[in-house]
Amino acid sequence: MTELDAEEVEEAVAAAFREEWGQVVATLIRVTGDWDLAEECAQDAFAQALDRWRRDGIPRRPGAWLTTTARHRALDVLRREAVGAAKLREVAVLARDEPPYESEDDSGDSGVHDDRLRLIFTCCHPALPIEARVALTLRTLAGLTTPEIARAFLVPEATMAQRLVRAKKKIRNAGIPYRVPPAHLLPERTTGVLGVIYLLFNEGYAATSGADLVRRNLCAEAVRLARVLARLMPDEPEALGLLALLLLHDARRDTRVDAAGELVTLEDQDRTAWNHAEADEGEALLRTALRRGRPGPYQIQAAIAACHTTAATAEETDWADIAALYGELLRFVPSAVVRLNRAVAVGVADGPEAGLALLAELEQEGELAGYHLLPATRADLLRRSGRTKEAAEAYERALELVENDAERRFLERRLAECRSA
Amino acid sequence: MKYVLFICTPVDGEELSPAEIAEDPRFASYIDEVRSRDIVKGGARLRPHTDATTVRVQGDEVLLSDGPFIESKEYVAGIDIIEVADLDEAISLASRHPAALAGGSVEVRPVWE
Repeated sequence: MTELDAEEVEEAVAAAFREEWGQVVATLIRVTGDWDLAEECAQDAFAQALDRWRRDGIPRRPGAWLTTTARHRALDVLRREAVGAAKLREVAVLARDEPPYESEDDSGDSGVHDDRLRLIFTCCHPALPIEARVALTLRTLAGLTTPEIARAFLVPEATMAQRLVRAKKKIRNAGIPYRVPPAHLLPERTTGVLGVIYLLFNEGYAATSGADLVRRNLCAEAVRLARVLARLMPDEPEALGLLALLLLHDARRDTRVDAAGELVTLEDQDRTAWNHAEADEGEALLRTALRRGRPGPYQIQAAIAACHTTAATAEETDWADIAALYGELLRFVPSAVVRLNRAVAVGVADGPEAGLALLAELEQEGELAGYHLLPATRADLLRRSGRTKEAAEAYERALELVENDAERRFLERRLAECRSA
Repeated sequence: MKYVLFICTPVDGEELSPAEIAEDPRFASYIDEVRSRDIVKGGARLRPHTDATTVRVQGDEVLLSDGPFIESKEYVAGIDIIEVADLDEAISLASRHPAALAGGSVEVRPVWE
């Protein structure tokens, strides 16, 4: 057999890394019970692939090849460390269980997928600190390196390394089970997993175009993880809802900031520049999810996002629909921020006065005191109703509270417009 | 796995004696469950925090203070040493402990084995 082109093999290994890393690690954790060994053996299997695929050709099922190779490696390591005979037998038996690489039968996949689902639920266990859940998910499921995760979250590498070590230690020492939770725990734990992926996406979404590429790529990683979860939990409409929501947001990502790095509001965004393939997929997924008749916060937020992507122009946006959806969302997430968003939607749908009335309630309760978007929203509604002097005062208040530079410049522009009106 | 459940109750909460606990219907289901499954490997109901004395040693001087080692809104009212399969099972048990249901909290700590 002639040797394959190095570049071709590198591409195949890189593609397999994106697709299979999480699955290889997940299976190795189940087999060895050792998170560090699992990562090490997975890494080794990918390194071997670079060499062996060039010589022997690219296997038809790269995932199975990689898993088997990693298992054999684990067996070697354990043998060298002379672990108990019982453990060795267990790993050896499981190594034999692996379906042959060339098998066309995909029924063996279900076990493989279960491992990834086990891994997701374990990484996102509520007994772990939220930062650790996010980092562990990125390391073990998405295959990001520790330095990459540190860069993405703007913390020193040593801090991130320690965070990961502590999390793995806690899993072992506190006895966090490696499994998909039983039915009575599943709804609440699923919410936790969805929350981690959503947080991951928001971290990337908040990163502007000037930011580190790794940081911006968090969105892509979150979409990929949401995709895996939606595939593994086909009966969970909220998993589909989350994927739909992320795709619908991601579709608009590049148009939120202009070439000079300035914020562009939804109504001024270039709709032709939205990623329509992503938006279409998000809308289709949302329809599938809603047909299950079990709405939840992610499906509703996706529906709100879809109100924007389906409107050909900003003027055609159905704000009454959006206001109603926020009302619906409040039933699931009774938070002040959701009420603020609802006030914005009502302000457009029913006129600024209606929105201002809702804002007045929020202001009186004081829960959002110190949050710049409260006066900024008030300012915008006042501006729309022509009360420019009052609007200017509210913009000034918002400027005292805002922290993000792009937002500050945006508010300053609006303030200048109000003053010159 | 072995865990210690630290049963923490609010400082101003009720202080039931072991005898009162044994007869309190709120504790019945918890006690029945842990007994029937032989989960509890030991434990103690502790006297209130006001009966505590904290000992510290500085050089060759023994320093005593009245009260618990740390002043807080909750104090450890008792401990249960349990043996269950994993953390989820320990959490599930802790979440049914009457103290947790009555405004207190239960800290679940794995035993260093």
